[in-house]
Order: sequence, then C-alpha cells, then structure tokens
Amino acid sequence: MQAKTVIKVGLSTCGIAAGGYKTYEALQQELEKDGLDVSLQRTGCIGMCYIEPIVEVITAEGKSFYYGGVTPEKAPRIINEHIIGGVPVADMLLEDEKANVFAKQVRVALRNCGVIDPESLDDYRAMDGYKAIEKALKEMTPEQVIQEVLDSGLRGRGGAGFPTGLKWQFTRQYKSDQKYIVCNADEGDPGAFMDRSIIEGDPHAVIEGMMLAGYAIGASEGHVYVRAEYPLAIVRLEKAIVAAREAGLLGQNILGTNFSFNIKIKKGAGAFVCGEETALIASLEGERGMPRLKPPFPAEAGLWKKPTCINNVETLANIPWIIYNGAASYARYGTEKSKGTKVFALAGKINRGGLIEVPIGIPLRDVIYEVGGGIPGGKAFKGVQMGGPSGGCIPASLLDTTVDYESIVRTGAIMGSGGMIVLDETSCMVDIARFFMNFTQNESCGKCIHCRLGTKRMLEILVRITEGKAKMEELELLEELAFNVREGALCGLGNTAPNPVLTTLKYFRDEYVAHIRDRKCPAKVCRELLTYTIDPETCIGCMRCAKRCAVGAISGEKKQVHVIDQEKCIKCGNCLDACRVNAVLVD
Amino acid sequence: MAGCACKNLDKQPLPYEKLDEIIVRYKGDPSAIIPILQDIQESLGYIPKESISYSAEKLGVSPAKIYGIVTFYAQFRMTPKGKHSIMVCEGTACHVNGAKGLGNAITDELGIRGGETTGDKLFTLEYVACVGCCSLAPVIVVDGEVHANMTPEKVRKVLKQYRGNGKDEEN
Repeated sequence: MQAKTVIKVGLSTCGIAAGGYKTYEALQQELEKDGLDVSLQRTGCIGMCYIEPIVEVITAEGKSFYYGGVTPEKAPRIINEHIIGGVPVADMLLEDEKANVFAKQVRVALRNCGVIDPESLDDYRAMDGYKAIEKALKEMTPEQVIQEVLDSGLRGRGGAGFPTGLKWQFTRQYKSDQKYIVCNADEGDPGAFMDRSIIEGDPHAVIEGMMLAGYAIGASEGHVYVRAEYPLAIVRLEKAIVAAREAGLLGQNILGTNFSFNIKIKKGAGAFVCGEETALIASLEGERGMPRLKPPFPAEAGLWKKPTCINNVETLANIPWIIYNGAASYARYGTEKSKGTKVFALAGKINRGGLIEVPIGIPLRDVIYEVGGGIPGGKAFKGVQMGGPSGGCIPASLLDTTVDYESIVRTGAIMGSGGMIVLDETSCMVDIARFFMNFTQNESCGKCIHCRLGTKRMLEILVRITEGKAKMEELELLEELAFNVREGALCGLGNTAPNPVLTTLKYFRDEYVAHIRDRKCPAKVCRELLTYTIDPETCIGCMRCAKRCAVGAISGEKKQVHVIDQEKCIKCGNCLDACRVNAVLVD
Repeated sequence: MAGCACKNLDKQPLPYEKLDEIIVRYKGDPSAIIPILQDIQESLGYIPKESISYSAEKLGVSPAKIYGIVTFYAQFRMTPKGKHSIMVCEGTACHVNGAKGLGNAITDELGIRGGETTGDKLFTLEYVACVGCCSLAPVIVVDGEVHANMTPEKVRKVLKQYRGNGKDEEN
C-alpha cells in the first residue's frame, strides 16, 4: 500500500526536549522547498532517548533507515543526500547502533512505540489494533479472557507484581450493578518514564487494554489517573479516546455486541502516595490521597465502594497483544515464575539511556553492558538502583543476578515499575539513601506514625551522616528505625521506604563508616565533607572563580595564583563550575 | 511594606464569574474538587485564598476540606507565579547527574529558593519530583520547554536568555 517515501520523526517528550519539533519543521520546510512528495509523520519514542532527535526514513521499497542526533541544522542533509541524492547519510545512520541496542530486546508493551503515529487510529489498526477486543467480544467469554491472562503469567508491572489474571478474577466474582477499571498512570518513581512513553507513543493500546479488562471483570466505566506533569501524554490520550469514540470503539454496544464501555481521564495533582491503590481511589473521589487499611480490597469495595480493578499502564498495554496472539506466545518469554517481558527505564551513569523492553530473566550484566552500552567516561560501575524510593541498590558484585521478580527481591531491591538508575564511582551511596529518604519523607501522607515520624527521624540521621556530624551508634539506630518503619507503616509507601537505606547499609556499609568515622565522602559528593583548594600549578589567575564566589572566600590578583580561605568557604562548588582550566581541586 | 506582593493581590477582586463558570462546568459536584482547583489554577495561575471559601460555599463543603486538598497535593500553589516558571527536576537520574548544582546556580543567580518568586516577578523557581526526561538528565523546564543535559554554567546562560526577552533586549 505504501508507495511513497515516509519520514518519521520521534516526537515524544524526550524527542521534543532534544529539539524534535524544530527538526520536524526543518524537514517540512526542506520538503516543501523542493516540492517533494514525501509523507512526513510523527511517531513516539523508539527508546533510544540518548540520541534524539531520531528520524526514520522508509523508502518506497519499504527499506528503513534510522538517523540519530538529527539537529535542525543537519536535517536538510537527509532530504538532499538521501531522498534526492539516493545515498544514505552515513555519519548519522544508526544501523549498527540500533542493532546493538535491539539485539536482546523483545518489544510487546512497546510494540508500536516509535513505529506508529500515536495520534492515528488507522496506524494503530494497521498493527492489528482493536482486533483483540473484537476477538474477545465475538469469540470469548469474560472467563476465557481471564483464563488467557492467567495462562500468560502476566504480573502487575506497576511494582508489586501481583498476577493480573488473578486480580481480574477477584473483581469479577463480586456482584454489583457497577464496577470500575482504573488505569494507574500516576507514574511516581522519580526515574521511571515507561508509562509516559507508552501513553505518548501508543495510547490506543492502553485504551484497548482497559476495554479488555472491563469486559473481563464486568465493568462499563474506566478511569485513567494520570500525572498532571505529563501534559503531552494527557493530550494524546484525550485525542485517542475521542477517535475511538467516533469510530464506535468506545460507547454503547461496541462492535455490535452488548458490551458498552467509556473512559474518563482524571489528572493527578502530584502525590506519590496516590500510586497506592486505596490512596488513588481516595484521590479519584476528590479527597486527600491517603491510603486506608486493607481489606476490604478494591476488588470488593473500591471506587465509590464498588468493585474496582486497578492496573498499571504497562500491564494494560500488554493485554491486547496477549489476547490477540495467545497466552502461550507471551509465556514463551521469561522465567518459570516471571513470564513475559518487562520495560525498563535506563538512566543515570549509562551510555545509552532510554527505554528498553527485555525478556524477564535476562542477566543484569546484559542490560547494563550490552543493551545499555556500559558506563560513560571509562568510570567504574558501582551499582544499579532498582525500584526507586521503594527499591534498593544492587551492587556490582551481584551483576550476574537475573532480572526477575524473585531474584531482584532476594537482593533487597524490588522490580518496581522498572526504573534502573545506573551508578558509578562518582555516586555516593549515602547520598542516594538520603535522596530517597528525603523523597519519601516529603511524600509521606502523614496518616500513620511509623511513616510520618519514622521517615523524618531516618532522614535526620542520614543528613547528619552526609554532613559528617553523626556518631557510629547512630547507624544502629538507623537500622532499628528502618525495620520498625518497614513493619509498622500502614501502606506500601511506608513499608518499602526503608529499602534504599537497608540495601545501601547492606552492600556499602564502608561508605557510611567513611562518612562518620573519617569525615570523608569517598565519591566526593557530600558537600560538607569536601575541601576546595586551588592548584597553584594550574591556576592562570583569570579571576573567574573569585568573581563567582558568593562569600568572597577567594583572593588573588589578576594573573596571580588564587587562594581559597577555608574559614570563609561555604563549599558551594561555584568555583569548581567557574574554573575553565580545572585548577580547583576537591578532596 | 508597600512592596508586599500578597497584600496588593488581596486588593484585586476575585473573578467570580470565572469561578462560577468552572464550578458549573463540574455541575457543582463536590467530588470534583480536584479538577475544579486545577481549572482555577490554570485560569488564575494560583489558588487565591478567597477562592477557597467561595468554592466551599458553592460546593456545600467546608473551606477546611478544600484547604486540606490544596495543601496536600504538590501541584497547587497559593501564591501567584512569576512571568517565567523554572522547574528543576529532582528525579533520581537528574540527582545523580548533578541537579543540586543547577538549583544552587539558579538560587545564586536570582536569589530565590524553591517555591519563591523574584522581586521583579520575572521568575518563579520550583523543584519537581520527575519530569520523565531521565535520559537527558539533568534537566530544567522553563515555561514548559525542557532544557537537557544542563550544567550550572549552561543554566546561567538559559536564565540570561529569558531575562533578555524581558528587559534589555539589545544585549
């Protein structure tokens, strides 16, 4: 069908941030100028965020060429050299790069991301979109749909890893005049962005997943609870819902059956605790997002006290594929207890940061080194933080751990929603623990004492450690508090809040000791423990640092070596940033 | 004390028609407090204190309840924003790549901390948990535009650009 050349520009948040719109406009101008009959399209994120803006050229013969780092200035070269001249622009081509990144990946949830135009219903349908719901409505009973999901072994991708089919079964068994399916798109882990990317790149997959879930549990209404910080995702989802409604895929008597389903979007207002199911429900009902004791579980009494099933975005995006291709095709991937594939957001100290989807059970080493391309600047790999504020740090010594729910939990971390922050020798593990504790402490809703006060006291100790003011016995107190908060808190946020502290204490205790006993930060991160000096050999006396110093601690005439007065120095690091000849030394 | 921003604003009458329009949009449904507040903030730039008691009366709930919601969620602010909004991402990836230095550079340059607005009402600085651009860390977002792979030096340059648009355009 496709007879003309197609050019696709990756326009998700990351592509746009890298200048994708400007690249798109530059290509458009160039095409118009030359009067070329080429179809210029937008698409979602292919996952290689580190090399955006990404442009794909698909020739009339159907051959695909990926280009990376296509700035607006470079964009005309693609038109002039490739489209007109017929010769691919070799220095921007990503062929080998893409082959390396994709070699170990299996894309199910991300199947359409970076491939289709997310705002085109036709594009989604061309990729077998809405065929799963058609199959389910016409050939399967709700029980069969649930059985298929059970057989696939799919587990909740939001963090806890509860079997999705089982959750559906529980919700189905409760009789009620009204049930709800809620899509949890309140991606709170500060370091994970797969839900954003899936909605931005393939919103119809989420809608179809919700429809299938609705059919399975007997719900006719769906709510998407999405972060307000994701404006583009909200816009694309809204457009997709309108398009689906106009095509008769949402509404009354869908596809001529007696199944009716509607979806509403609710914007979250910024509260991490709303990732917890009961807190999310409270927020949907217009209350402060505070969790409550379970049971009753939402499957029995959820939104407006009606049976409610809450699934995460990635989980739902997998569903249409599973129903259409069959449970066995999905269960082919993964381990015995963790089936299928999982999306990870690779970021931090890694060469190829982005979004990847790999079969569960792949060794962590392969993810970091083969897919992620290792650590930049030849630095030493120190560990990887998995699961965000609820997770933990896996040290370099456990690099051969396989990435599945059970193995990751054994290390003390959790699979979580799939954030993987890679840390190298310049990352301070005590600082990481303090960072996450600061986050959870801020986000603690304040309902239960263990979380409200426990995280506060833990944070205070961590701050004292990073400032070199703590005593050795406080380490034991920190551990004791960590166990108490874990056991005593009301909800998942509190129960898991101590994990970053516990894992860093377990694997990087020497760093804590160095901070407390030696008043040193081995990674040179903790400001209060650093000393800034100027190397007289390197200093050229340019006065940049002295001008930048906020407290006048740097003295020295022009073209003379400068000196930092340690009494006055507040260790802000401004001089280090200002120096162009690397004369500021940090110890 | 003439320079106090909040006092001056108190004198401005609330746009009641706008508030009514928003509340009517949600049929006065008290369970829609969050979207109502989101719309008020979008329309006015912040949630004026008086709009809380006004909406409470219209929705038939206590002002305390609405106040509780406003203060619970990070999105809501009760003071007006400056002309340019700067968000420093504090996500994990940005943190390990030096987000702290970016915030310090902005505070150093503008003399404001998180949640504050400069005296000339040009800039508001906010810290956000994660904007989801982790592969481009560290990032700041100015007026919705993401600036990727920042350093303290680059941040100072970005601020100059936005300043230049306002006052000294010739520079």
